[in-house]
Amino acid sequence: MSTETNGSGDILLEMRDIRIDGYSDERWHDIIKGVDLTLRRGEIMGLIGESGAGKSTLGKAAMGYTQPGCRLTSGSILFDGIDLVAASDEEKRKLWGTRIAYVAQSAAASFNPAHRLIEQTVEAANRRSIRSDADSRADAVDLFRSLQLPDPETIGSRYPHQVSGGQLQRIMTAMAMSPRPDLIIFDEPTTALDVTTQVEVLAAMRAIVEEFDTAAIYITHDLAVVAQMADFIKVLRYGEEVEQAPTRQMLSQPEEAYTKSLWSVRALQKPEIKGEDMVLTIDNIDAAYGTLKVLHDVSISIPRGRTVAVVGESGSGKSTTARVITGLLPPMSGSVTFNGETLPPKLKDRSKDQLRRIQMIYQMADTAMNPRHTVEEIIGRPLEFYLGLTGKEREARVIDLLNMIELDESFMDRLPSELSGGQKQRICIARALAAEPDLIICDEVTSALDQIVQEGILQLLLRLQREFNITYLFITHDIATVKAISDEIVVMFQGKVVEQGLKSEIISPPFPDYTQLLLSSVPEMDPDWLTDLLKSRDA
Amino acid sequence: MAGNGDKTVGQMGRDARLNAVLATILKRLGLGLATLFVVSAIIFSSISMLPGDFTEAVLGQSATTETVAAFRKELGLDKPAPLRYLDWVGSVLQGDLGTSFSGRNASGQDRSREVIDLVGPRLWNTLFLAGVTALIAVPLALFLGLTAALYRNSAYDRIVNAATLTTISTPEFFVAYILILFLTSLWPVFPSLANVDATTELGERLYRVALPALTLTLVIVAHMMRMTRAAIINLLASPYIEMARLKGASQSEIILKHALPNAWAPIATVIAFNLAYLVVGVVVVEVVFVYPGIGQLMVDAVTSRDIPVVQACALIFAATYILLNLTADIIGIITNPRLLHPR
Repeated sequence: MSTETNGSGDILLEMRDIRIDGYSDERWHDIIKGVDLTLRRGEIMGLIGESGAGKSTLGKAAMGYTQPGCRLTSGSILFDGIDLVAASDEEKRKLWGTRIAYVAQSAAASFNPAHRLIEQTVEAANRRSIRSDADSRADAVDLFRSLQLPDPETIGSRYPHQVSGGQLQRIMTAMAMSPRPDLIIFDEPTTALDVTTQVEVLAAMRAIVEEFDTAAIYITHDLAVVAQMADFIKVLRYGEEVEQAPTRQMLSQPEEAYTKSLWSVRALQKPEIKGEDMVLTIDNIDAAYGTLKVLHDVSISIPRGRTVAVVGESGSGKSTTARVITGLLPPMSGSVTFNGETLPPKLKDRSKDQLRRIQMIYQMADTAMNPRHTVEEIIGRPLEFYLGLTGKEREARVIDLLNMIELDESFMDRLPSELSGGQKQRICIARALAAEPDLIICDEVTSALDQIVQEGILQLLLRLQREFNITYLFITHDIATVKAISDEIVVMFQGKVVEQGLKSEIISPPFPDYTQLLLSSVPEMDPDWLTDLLKSRDA
Repeated sequence: MAGNGDKTVGQMGRDARLNAVLATILKRLGLGLATLFVVSAIIFSSISMLPGDFTEAVLGQSATTETVAAFRKELGLDKPAPLRYLDWVGSVLQGDLGTSFSGRNASGQDRSREVIDLVGPRLWNTLFLAGVTALIAVPLALFLGLTAALYRNSAYDRIVNAATLTTISTPEFFVAYILILFLTSLWPVFPSLANVDATTELGERLYRVALPALTLTLVIVAHMMRMTRAAIINLLASPYIEMARLKGASQSEIILKHALPNAWAPIATVIAFNLAYLVVGVVVVEVVFVYPGIGQLMVDAVTSRDIPVVQACALIFAATYILLNLTADIIGIITNPRLLHPR
């Protein structure tokens, strides 16, 4: 029983022995296996774990809601004395959006594209006539203002597609706060945001939750983020509670081995090595989509056998740079030099050998593989196309490659849908490796993965680099990953290269302004980090 | 002062957006007209390729070459095809659909009528029937589609789906005869003949078109209803629908307020398609109920090789399709905030 919490207020939410089943592959699986949860008024609980741990399902269950395809098989949920398991849909609807509010992960997808933001913000409060419509709207403007949204008076009259992701996420917090709920469920609210935006949203959310003394369950897989928000933390794994403790205690002395392993992930550190022999240089590249110019005079050199990380927020031109290098987007001006020869700007003008030597691995391993091809076909295709291997030879090489990525030949006949996220990304690595490339461009390859899986993939990439002297161009917005594996770092901002150099040079002062902002925005595992950062930025 | 300034800027922004939408609509309209020109050329050339011509049909096999030639000259059929096409397009542009061939013969007697006088009343009848059918069928289909989505996988949903599928899978003449059997023979509620003319009063007209309108309703409702249901259900998996649910919206609020506004574009497209069918594709129903619509007129004109009438009908059909699809496009544009309110 883990009823010990920080607070001493009244118990607001009490969940006992929650068990939830989910239906997939034509049978029921248990997703939550008997979890208890107690939350007092005004408390913030951090709920962390990897994907599939059941965080979201448990968070929604706290509202008495189970997604379509899920069912609550046992347990009790008492919200302020109301039994949510026994409550009818009608009774639960009266609580939802008024006394319990939900903030979803993807604000862009969770706002109705057909209605203005203000209408959606006041919708729940108006439905239950909490106050007059005019008062609700005035209150929404106040909330927009305290969440530091630009133009709080008029931003509500816009449609969701007309504001940025960070602004949408703050408006969703205002929407949740509008009826002054007793409890807010934050379901990975900053996962889709850039670090620089994340800081602002976190600060705004924390301030407003404190202002109204609202209780909250903050769901995330990011330990550093939860450390800033939560009074106490509950760790979930495979639908079971691992441990629960006040935030500071949890960070300084986790008890369970699993929690310790979560904490230690960030320990991966590859020492940087300087490289002299350049495998690829791009010089003075300007590139545009139609008339929209996205790259301005970008020059980058990549030494052989090293890892160059390109960092920057979304829209900074990282992926566009990769598209120019691969020939998918011919630049307006500038040149790409590879192994000493100038590459034709267009993909179709490049020779098969030039194509073979530059391979890509993508963020979404799911969509980068044909769902109807088996692993053997996926890895075998480049073997046949670039190297002309067929039959037994091809099969033997596929097995070789599977062994290299630490999988065995039993995977040959599997379809992508039969693999885990980490396994899928490994198959994509094997496919890139099959072409025996000089350079692999990794576009946010670990962003969609859990930390422990990320660690495995990064270790694998580093091992392959040591064995085959492969060069990586590693595109990411995750500074922790960059610190872990890169030799050199390129910082990009609004289509320009801000800074480029060895890792030790970039991540130690003096910084250009943007690098400073970017690096200081990366959450640290210190509960006081956000407070200190905001203080230092105000100063 | 500042508030005033803001308002003006906002007003200007709104005007600019409105102009952008108007420009898009005008562009679509222009494209529609261009399409109509292309279609007119296709109509003309395919009619030219029809075997036989009016002179032979009227004069018979035994006519002498001279008589045929003289008659052809009189009808203007001796001129080269491109010239005839230009003549036709030119006069259509001036609002003149030409003169029907029928009523003429080689002896010089001319009892022929203007195409517009032939087509006009028939077109009006067709539009009347289509309008009555649409007024019943479209609201009915939307209602059934929305309620089927609301209670999806319930017995109601299955019954509605099965019933509409049955009516769409049955040939329309068969639906017509079944209705006649029940509503005319067994329980005489409506007349089986829908013969109307210009003098028929509105009430009488409605009474007489009841059966054909009912037949056509049964034929088109399934398609529109299923599309409405599918478009709504497709959206129900969206994160913003789950959000609405977690904000305490009831099922009917979710469907009407959160799903429907995002589903108009596909629904409008399928409604336009079915309305076009009501104008251009109902000849079988017209024949069964002896309803003097444009479909019968065109079939008769093709049989007698009355080229001006065939061309006029084909052009009207093409214009109907283009206009209705254009309307669906415009509905798609004005119900999409991304297009109506660009960033």
